[in-house]
Amino acid sequence: MISVEDLWKSFGRQEVLRGISLAVEPGEFMALVGMSGCGKSVLLKHLVGLIEPDRGRVVMAQKEISSLSRRELDELRSRIGFVFQGGALFDSLTVFENTAFPLREKTRLREPAIRSKVMSVLEQVGLKNTENKYPAQLSGGMVKRVALARTLVRAPEIVLFDEPTTGLDPIVSNAMLRLFDEVHRRLKLTGILVSHEIPEIFSIVQKVAMLHEGKIVAVETPERIQNSRNPIIAQFLSGSPEGPIEYR
Amino acid sequence: MYRWFSMLGAWFIARLGRLGKTGVFFAHSLLCSVTPPIKFERVVRQIWFVGWKSMLVICLTAVFTGMVLALQGYPTLRRVGSEAFLGPLVALSLIRELGPVLSALMVTGRAGSSIAAEIGVMRTNEQIDALELMGLNPLRYLVAPNLIACLVALPVLASVFNVIAIFGGYLVGVRLLGMHASTYFGEMSNYVEMSDIVGGIYKSMSFGVLIAWVCCYKGYYCRFGAQGVSAATTQAVVNTSALILVWDYFITSLVF
Ligand SMILES: Nc1ncnc2c1ncn2[C@@H]1O[C@H](COP(=O)(O)OP(=O)(O)O)[C@@H](O)[C@H]1O
Ligand SMILES: [Mg+2]
Repeated sequence: MISVEDLWKSFGRQEVLRGISLAVEPGEFMALVGMSGCGKSVLLKHLVGLIEPDRGRVVMAQKEISSLSRRELDELRSRIGFVFQGGALFDSLTVFENTAFPLREKTRLREPAIRSKVMSVLEQVGLKNTENKYPAQLSGGMVKRVALARTLVRAPEIVLFDEPTTGLDPIVSNAMLRLFDEVHRRLKLTGILVSHEIPEIFSIVQKVAMLHEGKIVAVETPERIQNSRNPIIAQFLSGSPEGPIEYR
Repeated sequence: MYRWFSMLGAWFIARLGRLGKTGVFFAHSLLCSVTPPIKFERVVRQIWFVGWKSMLVICLTAVFTGMVLALQGYPTLRRVGSEAFLGPLVALSLIRELGPVLSALMVTGRAGSSIAAEIGVMRTNEQIDALELMGLNPLRYLVAPNLIACLVALPVLASVFNVIAIFGGYLVGVRLLGMHASTYFGEMSNYVEMSDIVGGIYKSMSFGVLIAWVCCYKGYYCRFGAQGVSAATTQAVVNTSALILVWDYFITSLVF
């Protein structure tokens, strides 16, 4: 469903991705972990064609991104839900309008149908009574949940979540993870979740990929990654400052 | 020697490339402004923002511009014994030149800067990427409404500017310096022609397009972070203001 082959990307002199290969099977949820600034967001943006690679290919749902026409790319993107790390809510619109925006602009649904859909999604993410607030009036966790609602309301087949739980309190964060799990099972989604919630994330994904210094260090099941003897993985999972990973 | 040449060449090619990018940006935005679906709600909002909210500052600058024109023009004309022509002097310099140019400069400072900042923030917050991922063309949502709004609002603002400034000239020329009101307005209607007014309107329409183009472009390709937005805003205002004055010379030689 998602396949990346030998992806390279530099920004100026900084090599961010150095030969990434990755595959996510249909119906699979994959956690993507790695140090901050190692290129996780950059990798996700390649998958939807927001960034063009220097080298390598991205194939989503049997279509190679770089070969698509404008229209085909839009069609493909409409099947993909992307939650940006910062939410990327439109600040001139309320929570309700933000969530309704893709429906109003891209479907022929009537206003009552839109309203009931939006309200049910907002309820799912636990934002029932905030629909008239503006993004600037929301806490960080609420922004992330609205972004999630705006994505789910379009019923995507593939989801790419960029740190959807980072910076949330433990209760909300666990509730979100449970929500992902539930949505994943119910809608049979395929997806990649960037997350630092270790070990909570391991109970809802089938695979874990670790990105380090522009390369995929390992793609394993959660059990195997937790028992990995690779010193990089072991250090990352334990969160110890001592080890082979250099940080500044 | 060779190194200097190649550096100069690289600089020139980079410049040319950027010029091409602004051209493509403009062509796309123009296309989005004339093909459906046009986002009327946003167009109206931008007309209100660019036009109506600039009204106060336009009126204020206009009345003083008209007053100073009369204050300077009257003694000058008197030296050559033709103070009766104060009316045409004030009106023609406003309608052909000062009205369109000054109102465009004021709008650049007031609205152009916030257009650049708003689009720049949407770029840094990835809102533009979010639009694109929804299969919506950001140029249609963000740039086209500004282009249409500026095209509509600028001629109106320039006309308001002219009317108020002519009134300012009346205050000084007639009320303060003791001209006859009938001379002031009578000579004015003798010498101002329709072609002057139409030319001035074309002028301010072209300034409107210029403001929307440069300010949207600067915001759209803004660098990341707060610094990127502030740089984009400053550059938008400086570049637009300079371009208005340069373009003013060329369009004057074209339409008048
Ligand atoms: N558009 C860009 N231009 C230049 N550098 C970028 C850009 N986007 C990301 N980078 C750089 O790429 C690196 C990886 O960033 P990112 O993918 O956001 O990290 P993370 O893994 O925390 O999501 C960072 O060093 C960042 O500075
Ligand atoms: Mg990131």
